[in-house]
Amino acid sequence: MDTAPDALFKTLADPTRRAIFERLSRDGEQTVRALTDRAGVSQPAVSKHLAVLKLAGLVRDRREGRQTHYSAEPQALMPLINWMSLYGAFWRGRFDRLEDLLRRMDQ
Amino acid sequence: MTKPAGATRSIVIEREMPYPPEKIWRALTQGPLIEEWLMKNDFRPVVGLRFNFRAVPMPHWNGVVECQVLAVQPHERLSYSWNASGEEAAGGLKTVVTWTLRPTTGGTLVRMEQSGFRPEDEANYQGASYGWRRYIGGLERVAAGLD
Repeated sequence: MDTAPDALFKTLADPTRRAIFERLSRDGEQTVRALTDRAGVSQPAVSKHLAVLKLAGLVRDRREGRQTHYSAEPQALMPLINWMSLYGAFWRGRFDRLEDLLRRMDQ
Repeated sequence: MTKPAGATRSIVIEREMPYPPEKIWRALTQGPLIEEWLMKNDFRPVVGLRFNFRAVPMPHWNGVVECQVLAVQPHERLSYSWNASGEEAAGGLKTVVTWTLRPTTGGTLVRMEQSGFRPEDEANYQGASYGWRRYIGGLERVAAGLD
């Protein structure tokens, strides 16, 4: 089925990652150092979050000398931004809950 | 997951469950049971009845789904409309949810089809450059449901 929205949901479910992504969307390209100064977590932690965001296609990196610059790829959100994929994820979750309920119900 | 159906599209989810149709029918049609896996509701299996599903409101979603029972064939088929409500009703979703239960050797094939997604439903959300922000608030909850 559509694994892309699931991966995007999971990637953006983390508040720190979401904050980094929002910052890149709003303010444009940034270095890891600049992001770390504002993120409130260590540079290795920021780098790890950026790697996850990159894997999900949400950010792009560009090396310039010793610095890596990151920018947002907001079009990667497209699979999320429609009712179809939202409801697809919604109903799969509800099917799981329905099965849990059936397990608990008397025959 | 999606298929063309004229000008609209559907979501179809099928899953075989190791229980008889009668038991699954109860979970689909008894209000307190429905609440346990879907949402708070005032549903009763009466054709023509108008009812609501109610969830915790999110940014840009009032949490209320307007519904009307369209078909009730015990242990086989259940159908209700699933529409946006309140201020969101005008340009919002107008869909139909249909459940069908088919007995199998190991239990029941449960099929859910939500039909009536129009191209403009997607365009409304894809077109807005800031549109994704309205969903971020709900991501944690949706993601929790995925595990």
